[in-house]
Amino acid sequence: MASSAATPKDLPPAMLDVATSAADWVIVWPIALPMVGAAILLMLRNRTEWQAPFSFAILIATLLANFSLLQTVFAKGPLTMTMGDWLPPFGISFTADALGALFALVSTVVMLVVVLFVQSEVEARETKYGYHPLMLILLTGVSGAFLTGDLFNLYVWFEVMLIASFGLMVIGGRKIQLDAAIKYGFINFLATTFFLIGIAYLYGLVGTLNMADIMVKAPLVENGAIASVAALFFLAFAMKAAAFPVNSWLPASYHAPDPAVSALFAGLLTKVGVYALLRVHLMLIPQSHGQLQILIMAVAVFTLVLAPLGALAQTNARRALGFLVMGGIGAMMAGLAFGSSRGILGASLYAVHSMLTMTALYLTVGLVERMGGTSDIRHLGGLYRASSPLSILFLVLVFAAAGLPPFLGFWPKLVLVQSGIELTLAENSLAVHQWWVVGALLLNSILTSIAGSRLWAHIFWRNGREGRQSEMPNDRIKMLDRRGTRWGLWPTAALVALIVAIGLWPSMYIRAGIESANDVTRSSGDYVTSVFGERTQ
Amino acid sequence: METALAILIGLFFTVAIYLLLSRSLIRMLLGIAILGNAVNLLIFTVGRVTREVPPIVPEGEYQPLEAIANPLPQALILTAIVIGFSLFAFLLVLTYRAYQELNADNTDTMRVAEPDDSPRPPLSY
Amino acid sequence: MNTVIFRTIAPYLAALMIVFSIFVLLRGHNEPGGGFIGGLIAASAIAIYGISAGVAEVRRALVFHPITFAGFGVFIAALSGFMSLFVEVPFLKGLWLFINLSDGSELALSTPMLFDIGVYFVVLGAISTIALALEEDEDDK
Repeated sequence: MASSAATPKDLPPAMLDVATSAADWVIVWPIALPMVGAAILLMLRNRTEWQAPFSFAILIATLLANFSLLQTVFAKGPLTMTMGDWLPPFGISFTADALGALFALVSTVVMLVVVLFVQSEVEARETKYGYHPLMLILLTGVSGAFLTGDLFNLYVWFEVMLIASFGLMVIGGRKIQLDAAIKYGFINFLATTFFLIGIAYLYGLVGTLNMADIMVKAPLVENGAIASVAALFFLAFAMKAAAFPVNSWLPASYHAPDPAVSALFAGLLTKVGVYALLRVHLMLIPQSHGQLQILIMAVAVFTLVLAPLGALAQTNARRALGFLVMGGIGAMMAGLAFGSSRGILGASLYAVHSMLTMTALYLTVGLVERMGGTSDIRHLGGLYRASSPLSILFLVLVFAAAGLPPFLGFWPKLVLVQSGIELTLAENSLAVHQWWVVGALLLNSILTSIAGSRLWAHIFWRNGREGRQSEMPNDRIKMLDRRGTRWGLWPTAALVALIVAIGLWPSMYIRAGIESANDVTRSSGDYVTSVFGERTQ
Repeated sequence: METALAILIGLFFTVAIYLLLSRSLIRMLLGIAILGNAVNLLIFTVGRVTREVPPIVPEGEYQPLEAIANPLPQALILTAIVIGFSLFAFLLVLTYRAYQELNADNTDTMRVAEPDDSPRPPLSY
Repeated sequence: MNTVIFRTIAPYLAALMIVFSIFVLLRGHNEPGGGFIGGLIAASAIAIYGISAGVAEVRRALVFHPITFAGFGVFIAALSGFMSLFVEVPFLKGLWLFINLSDGSELALSTPMLFDIGVYFVVLGAISTIALALEEDEDDK
């Protein structure tokens, strides 16, 4: 074959000529393991009793792979593997930097908890519909999105994620799920199509879709053209992330599927949108950030303030939580709007916090629903007496979501406010607007704590449910059965314990965030070197 | 050639957006399908339309001997078509199921997830 | 639609299409064809058989649920990527194995072909799942 002949000297090499050691594969495992797991589970469709243990085993392996990936990235900087032995930008690169690896690790943790939780509610009948394979496919999509180094590949992972989430949303086939799935499906498909349009234009301008290559070549292109592409990307990812004017699909759909599934969606899906925003706007085409800054700030302020107000106006507990998820998106948007390295630190820390906390909140409300039989807070009440551990979990999570010290949400909020104040004092033309963002961040905390504690008061604190005149004792409460406690309450409690522990000892968490922010801001530094090697420098 | 394609793409986008703004799910589906085609055509056009030979390296050579057509847009479009097709198929099934279950093709009457007469929140606390 | 002619022809047509889909799949590496289009042809064969003989009959004939095929396809495709783990090259590298047959011709086995077979099964499984789901609803009425 041709491979035996030597390459002529005057041509640059197109393929890698050094051997790849097995250690480099660490970037492939977090994506490949859940994918292969999903494939095997699809084949074992009729063996419902094997599904849960197998998917748990796969997730443990994925978690270990993610750990070792994160460790490698922290120790040696961004790590790249280009598929099929091609040299970048010809092959599709997978590049893990601290931001991607951190997010991938956290999403695996979230997935692990949810898979345990699923055991408490899903009957064997439903396992047959492919609960576990779809969850693993979702994880494949999410990890792929976090670890890919190619913009078009990011689009592909978005769609993988989307297909899996469609499937998860309609499992069970209740009317409300179909209704929600249609809204969710159309709007998300539209968002990814906008993303694809952006990719097309960027490809037309820059001539490449490899992220590192874009970082090198985008500064050579006229700024106005890049800015309009950036605006398209912003629209697409803001739709994905459910930021203010394009948010209405989230509270319309997230309360429809099973609690475990909506917990998963709340934890992972919107955060992928935020990740893409950080990656594209601050790393790939940072030169257009200035033009969009005012817009992003406005989006951040409106999302921050309106989302918790929406939560206050809801009677459905899970819909109210949907609005709280959006409030968090507003905070991450604020970090994006600041664009400084501290702002990115805040946004990435907030994303980690939001993944963990929002999943835990949805899981707790799932347990509430099972006990109270409904998610309508007018018909709930008196759950404190029925299950005080659950009420403690919920309250802790509300505090964490609102950003009260010493809980997890406090640290990212602190960093964000700090970075906002830092920028306002730095004598730039946008200082006044930055005050607005800082104000909105603080207002968001107050409103979130009001909305959250109000939910808590209605569900847990008061003696009974709402009656015609006053409260009447809630006689509809069913205690959690053994299965519900073992698989429902304990995993949730473990996740909350993790949240509390990180909140109390945040040094590791913040250090990881700093590493991620460094990797994003170190423009065309390590990331590019990691993809192209030293030869281009 | 590019101008003609650009006009065609614009036309596709116009039709797609018009259909997507409709309240009927079937029209929205058609809109989605046309939007997908518009985007594919867009990728094709931004990849520069040239009348060159196919990008195949002759046997025994290491690089193409003459100018070749850009192979990347084709790969991108193929991927986008496949993905768009599968998502469209899914949405089609979903719409069909919704038509059966909810007896609704009109988005105005699809209010199961967001009830029209949603109650006011409790005023206590 | 469901005439005697169609019902008689459909099984033969479906069988012929399956054979043709495999032919398209295998010639795909150097000529037009490949896993995706082959899978589509196979899925349409199944859809045609479903229209003529009814979905229950197709499901019985397929033995496994169509989505199982999709899972098998993903598994095969991933497997083709992992082959490169053993020869110290990155994921999904195309590896070739040439076997000289006794009559002087050469049989080329490769991981791209394995990958294509995986794609074939994914498309076959996914599309026929959707097609059968749509046809099944019609049967209910």
